[in-house]
Amino acid sequence: MLFCCNGTRDSLVLEGRVVAPAQRIDECLTITIVDGVITRLEPSGSSRAMIAPAFVDPHVHLRTPGREDEETLRSGTEAAAAGGYCAILAMPNTDPVVDSASVLGALVELARAEAVLPTGFMAAISKGQRGEVLTEMSELATAGAVAFTDDGRPVVSAGLMRRALSYSGVTTRPLALHCEEPALSRGGHAHEGAVSAELGLGPYPSAAESVMVERDLALAALEERRIHLLHLSASESVTALDRALHAGVPATAEVTPHHLVLTDEAVRSLDPNVKMNPPLRGEDDRESLLDALRRGAISCIATDHAPHARHEKDVPFEEAPFGVTGLETAFAALYTRLVLPGALMLETVLERMSTGPARAFGIGEPRIEVGARANLVVLDLEAEWRVTEDGFRSLSANSWLLGETLRSRVVRTIADGREVFAA
Amino acid sequence: MSDLRLPAPPRRHLLSVGDLNRSDVERIIETSRAMAASLDREVKKLPTLRGRTVVNLFYESSTRTLASFELAAKRLSADTMSLRAAGSSVDKGESLKDTALTLAAYDPDVIVVRHPSIGAPHLVARWTGAHVVNAGDGKHQHPTQALLDLYVMEEALGRLEGLHVAIVGDVLHSRVARSLVQALELVGARSTLVGPPTLLPRGIEALGCEVSTDIRRIVDADVVYVLRMQRERMAPGEAFVPSLREYTALYGITPERVRPGQVVMHPGPMNRGVEIDPRVADSDAALVTDQVRAGLVVRMAVLYDLLTTSPVRVVEPLEVA
Repeated sequence: MLFCCNGTRDSLVLEGRVVAPAQRIDECLTITIVDGVITRLEPSGSSRAMIAPAFVDPHVHLRTPGREDEETLRSGTEAAAAGGYCAILAMPNTDPVVDSASVLGALVELARAEAVLPTGFMAAISKGQRGEVLTEMSELATAGAVAFTDDGRPVVSAGLMRRALSYSGVTTRPLALHCEEPALSRGGHAHEGAVSAELGLGPYPSAAESVMVERDLALAALEERRIHLLHLSASESVTALDRALHAGVPATAEVTPHHLVLTDEAVRSLDPNVKMNPPLRGEDDRESLLDALRRGAISCIATDHAPHARHEKDVPFEEAPFGVTGLETAFAALYTRLVLPGALMLETVLERMSTGPARAFGIGEPRIEVGARANLVVLDLEAEWRVTEDGFRSLSANSWLLGETLRSRVVRTIADGREVFAA
Repeated sequence: MSDLRLPAPPRRHLLSVGDLNRSDVERIIETSRAMAASLDREVKKLPTLRGRTVVNLFYESSTRTLASFELAAKRLSADTMSLRAAGSSVDKGESLKDTALTLAAYDPDVIVVRHPSIGAPHLVARWTGAHVVNAGDGKHQHPTQALLDLYVMEEALGRLEGLHVAIVGDVLHSRVARSLVQALELVGARSTLVGPPTLLPRGIEALGCEVSTDIRRIVDADVVYVLRMQRERMAPGEAFVPSLREYTALYGITPERVRPGQVVMHPGPMNRGVEIDPRVADSDAALVTDQVRAGLVVRMAVLYDLLTTSPVRVVEPLEVA
């Protein structure tokens, strides 16, 4: 289900404070890796390095095929490796859309040639993501689709959504849903509230997301199918998710680092690099997302890494496309802005960036134990670095963190038994 | 002859009312008065900005704003040229950035920008070395309109502090309303926004104004400021009110709704019979033509304020050869 270029597995020895929340490990260890597999865990002395299960990003736009000027499988996976990831899932809203086995097959071949770490592909729910006709889900699943999504746009028709949920029963793959009611979000560029009112930006109310979250959870309950809610932004959505989880609906959800760190106050800068869909919302929303992440109702942190060409973001706010990059800054941003000030525990961030997404999509979860394939990230929590336009491996630089100084740095990434990044 | 002493260093750009403080506003109004006095002369041209260049870059249609900026620059002896998006390389798909850089290559002292997108003048300010004046950016800001409105209010009512201004109509789509509320707040006046619920943006009260859907609330105001009801807001799917007829019935400013002693203002262009009754528009209470005249002197004052770094004698008539 995940694909990357072949190579020999590495043998190495790592030493550091090992923090693996899912295995309840937090101690200084020496990890011996032979041919890509963890063969020994031994107590060691203290060290500046911290070692954790490597990260899994369930929401990445690799822009391939179609916009290889913005990202390629190579540049995107190199960026992921630099961000500490051992696996990523790519979205199908490319040109052409990943809606047939032939397009998906070509991507899988490309990944085998170019992807430096295991990469999975989601396929579209509807042909061309037009929301009219379902894709051939069985054929796509056989060709390797990890999940189905029309991400970038919602499935507008409730009828088609129900049919998609029902029909996806021919596979075991979940549907990942971008929840947006276009009749409420149309013309919207920023969260509806004091900031959009003052700036005159078209309002994108929380309800544009939450009414679709409510609808899709109701339909998932009806069809008894597993769904994953993409990039939640509003407290109303969290309330709906809590209610559904309490009722036993099989749903998972993700949140992005930027929705956890920023609010719509950031939009006052009119910087196109704080323009994303869904938009940054209010402080209450941010608190609600943080709370849901702590409790585990939201079990995944996803970057929604969305590269855009420089000239496309070098325009007035309303004319700029939605989306920001995030693979290379996710952990450091969360550590600097949330863990250090005490808003989130380090363990929570590590778990929601690794085990949570792996479980939500049924891909092997990175574990630190003898016999497991090595999927590890080595972090220097003391390091300080400045985010600059020329510092990215991604082909794009539309980061909301440009110019910021961050604490903690990924120094080494081991993905599927191979060293894919070393600072 | 009067000497104008500038109390604070002039600002580099005029992008938003939010960038100004009270003394900036008072200084510009005072300079405007001096400019108005100069216009009573037989020879109306001042030499103040001789050798300076003012470029008007307009991406949206405009009559009075563009005309008054052009005339303001000319009255101050600056060289001026106006570029409209239609018929320029913008038609050929040139980006705002490239157009701005192209104009900047001519070393203009001031670029006056009107653009349908919020923040476009801020980008021009970042990309060029010119002083930039925002002449309207989308639904965001129109600071010179707010300044000229304050000037007119002070001339007509003798004060700004403590004034109560009711702003009536389509606030949602109005950069004029947003700028004016902020400007009134700066000078110690208060404002009440009145309009149909669908045209009052959620959260706007954070600007420090009151908000009401009841037209009777205008009775307390010293100034009734009428916003243009934009017909394009009535397009199918975009209909924020069911009909102009119902809008006029609920919110139109008729003689019956204007209390004696109130003044009525409108940024123009007016839709007579829609948001404003012609009998009000033509009454003595209406200050609409004063606003147009003020547009010229306030924009002269703004150009002067941006381009003059030291106290200068402004009121020397130009010697015409």
